[in-house]
Amino acid sequence: MSDILIEEPIFHMPSRGRQLFRRLLRNPSAALGGSVLAVLILLAAFAPLITPYDPFAINPMGRLKPPTWQHWFGTDEVGRDLFSRIMYGTRYFLLICAVTASISATIGTTLGLIAGAGSALADGIIMRLIDILLAFPYILMVLVVVAILGPSLWTGMAAVGIAGIPGYARLVRSTVLTVKREDYVVSARALGASETEILFFTVLPNVLSPLIVYLSFATPLAALLASALSFAGLGTQPPAPEWGVMLVNSRTYLFSAWWAVAAPGMALFISIFGLNILGNGLRDVLDPQS
Amino acid sequence: MAQYVVRRLLLLIPVVIGILLITFLMKALIPTDAVTAMYQGQLSEKDAAQAIATLRAKYHLDLPWYQQFYFYVADLLHGNLGESIRLRKPVIDEIGYRYVNTILLTGASLVIALVIGLVTGILAAAKRNTWLDVTATTIGLFGISMPAFFFGLLLILVVSVWLRLLPVVPHGPMAILLPALSLGLIEAAPLSRVARASMIDVLRRDYIQAARARGASETALLLRHALPNALIVVLTVVGLQIGNLLGGAFIVETIFSWHGIGELAVNAIQWRDFALTQAIILVSAVTYLVINLVADLLYAWLDPRVELVS
Amino acid sequence: MLMTSPPSHAKPLLDIRALQTQFKSERGTVNAVQGVDLTIAPGEILGLVGESGSGKSVLALSILRLIQSPGTIAGGEILFDGRDVLGMSKKELTQLRGRDIGIIFQQPHGCLNPVRRIGWQVAEPLRHQGGLDRRAAWDGAIALLRSVGIPAPEEKALAYPHQLSGGQAQRVMIAIALALKPRLLIADEPTTALDVTIQAQILELLRESCRNFGTSLLLVTHDLGVVAKLADRVAVMYAGRIVEDGPVAEMLVEPQHPYARGLLRAAPRLGNAGAGRLQDIPGGIPDLSRPSPGCAFAPRCEVRRSLQLGRCLTEQPPFQTSHAGHRTRCWATDRSINPPQSVSEMSLPLEGRP
Repeated sequence: MSDILIEEPIFHMPSRGRQLFRRLLRNPSAALGGSVLAVLILLAAFAPLITPYDPFAINPMGRLKPPTWQHWFGTDEVGRDLFSRIMYGTRYFLLICAVTASISATIGTTLGLIAGAGSALADGIIMRLIDILLAFPYILMVLVVVAILGPSLWTGMAAVGIAGIPGYARLVRSTVLTVKREDYVVSARALGASETEILFFTVLPNVLSPLIVYLSFATPLAALLASALSFAGLGTQPPAPEWGVMLVNSRTYLFSAWWAVAAPGMALFISIFGLNILGNGLRDVLDPQS
Repeated sequence: MAQYVVRRLLLLIPVVIGILLITFLMKALIPTDAVTAMYQGQLSEKDAAQAIATLRAKYHLDLPWYQQFYFYVADLLHGNLGESIRLRKPVIDEIGYRYVNTILLTGASLVIALVIGLVTGILAAAKRNTWLDVTATTIGLFGISMPAFFFGLLLILVVSVWLRLLPVVPHGPMAILLPALSLGLIEAAPLSRVARASMIDVLRRDYIQAARARGASETALLLRHALPNALIVVLTVVGLQIGNLLGGAFIVETIFSWHGIGELAVNAIQWRDFALTQAIILVSAVTYLVINLVADLLYAWLDPRVELVS
Repeated sequence: MLMTSPPSHAKPLLDIRALQTQFKSERGTVNAVQGVDLTIAPGEILGLVGESGSGKSVLALSILRLIQSPGTIAGGEILFDGRDVLGMSKKELTQLRGRDIGIIFQQPHGCLNPVRRIGWQVAEPLRHQGGLDRRAAWDGAIALLRSVGIPAPEEKALAYPHQLSGGQAQRVMIAIALALKPRLLIADEPTTALDVTIQAQILELLRESCRNFGTSLLLVTHDLGVVAKLADRVAVMYAGRIVEDGPVAEMLVEPQHPYARGLLRAAPRLGNAGAGRLQDIPGGIPDLSRPSPGCAFAPRCEVRRSLQLGRCLTEQPPFQTSHAGHRTRCWATDRSINPPQSVSEMSLPLEGRP
């Protein structure tokens, strides 16, 4: 067989994690979105250093001033510097993202894991519960919680977080159910791995990819909803420099001082856009078929 | 088909019971007794005690919870949604006309979203990777990221102030235009995305190639062969998005002073008027349920592969 | 069952010359079809045989210009009834498809629109290209369904594709393809996805329909048994080229080209139970993005090795006509340079003639 001309390319395979990370960096969506996120984090961390004014400092003499060199974004309806407030607003935005995502993801994933990997009884109970919760549209769930607990930043975040649980639970459950049937799980079991080992080392890593992709899309949605709550007066309360709150306060001055509306609005838009683009990139890299 | 409908309706019963329980529990979880809170500090102690006692009897607040629940459901079945403590009149009066308004707004937004979403999605799929596609996809991405309330304000600014096309507070039928546009344009974004993806997927299928091999024109392929198949997926997504639309309507109503139940809900929560809040949430949840059911039935009717008989 | 091929001096219905179809991929340009010459006479059934990756399906699709980006027809000529297919306008092409040339594919269910009733799908070409009104088209559809052997066609016409079996779906595909009585029918692996018992029925249906309407049939398959059943002539394809073609009787008894011989030897036979291992052809198909200057089969060719023919690796052999209607591309069988080879004893393939 020596003269059969067969060519065999030789590959060097780097570790999967590093491979993925490199592909992520090269993906334009992920790069752009990641940059936006990085900027947000930096601004939030160094807000006191870059803002010339106290975001809570009222100045009745300088109300609704248009953007100038002294006030880059202008001032709001009680004279506070908009630029400073926007910068501090990044902290609220990131906090909201983190808290809502944590609540929804941890509780939702746990429920989903139990439902998918546990007994049929557990699955049945949990799924009935989820179905009932899902009978309420996202917004209504949030409203229910806020109505009971009263409006504030933390109840708003809790409400959005709780309302997000069913989504994560359903996703994790269906992923676990699919993975459970895959051949590599069956073979792991046949080779003597215990159920817990299988759960943590085989099933869970395969759940991570779709979970991360879902997280990257659900989080901006949650942030949007939380801001909407603040806008409706049902979440963060004034005088906090949260972008939703700023929007509702400057709304009455839409015609005379549009910059007071544009600044928080654009900040929200850009941040959410960045997160969504990051989600696109993550999806391209982690789950290309969908 | 009738069998399928009946089966779906039966499956709804536990969900409806669950909704009723949750809305009922809302009242039960409130830290202070609403009645007591309302009257405290307003009347002399003796009058207050008497008023409280009367009201407690009227609202069955002294009975065990399951009996309260029974009265709750019985009231509902009689069309009595309770009395708004703040407004001092039956809830149902207040909700009635507002409900219609919200349905109108949601309906108009849905139509706008569907038309724009479908057209852009189909065009983007047909002219894949051209500038048309790229523009549509980017605009779609913007739409998903844009908060409805900000967009509504922007629309007012641009249309009423800068372009002077509409008065700031329009009257008559034109009043629905801006709020419906705010919701509809934003909602068109995910629909467009799904329509595009679904069309691309369907266009790749073998039966499209087979139809092309039989001499069908590209337009016919797109509209007659591919679209009916792609619509099924789009419809599923619409069903999922109805919740967003309803929710968005709640917020948009407050911006445009559109007198729907959303505006009322926001006020009710701020006033801590629980009867009102509870009633609105109940009504909304049931509406959402019905809409989902209709969407499911529509889907089953459109896709002949769905098993109608178990 | 044995049919002689129609006289070869008749003007060919389909005349393909030096056709080249390429696909752009990350690895480079893949030459799926490299310079194919093929003719089909009116009323003739030609079997096009080759393994996966030989380019036969791509060739079939190229005839109707169904190749889409990243593929493209890079060169050559396709003449249908004297008309230049590659030069046709969009409008002429739409006319050609369905009306003059019909095609059926491997997966019958995949090719039927899942949300439309069968009757509608059969009636559609009658309506839109045949110009019939709705009623007439529907009646025509029922008649067509009956003619392809669908029982109770009036009821079946109201069914949806997922309610049909594989065999029934393929019959419907044939009905649709033949609706406008095309002059040429291309069948790309029509029975591969079907049960063995159904295969024979479908092949019989194909043969009858073609004979009845005088339609030529280009039958693309990897299964020699299918070819033995139906074809008048056989062409063998390897790595994008035709390596041999000729009348079916000769091709299935004594093919000339070493690859064709290998195919014949590799076909399992009845009555040889336990008579030894199946004889495969060692090696694999070459990388079509790197065409070699010589014969594509040379690296795997036993004959080249035993005869030590270096020319096979460096020079592409041209077609050599051994006798009327039978030509081969092979340096080893090239009678102009080599004496006739001794041919090892062949037995007939599984579904061959006695």
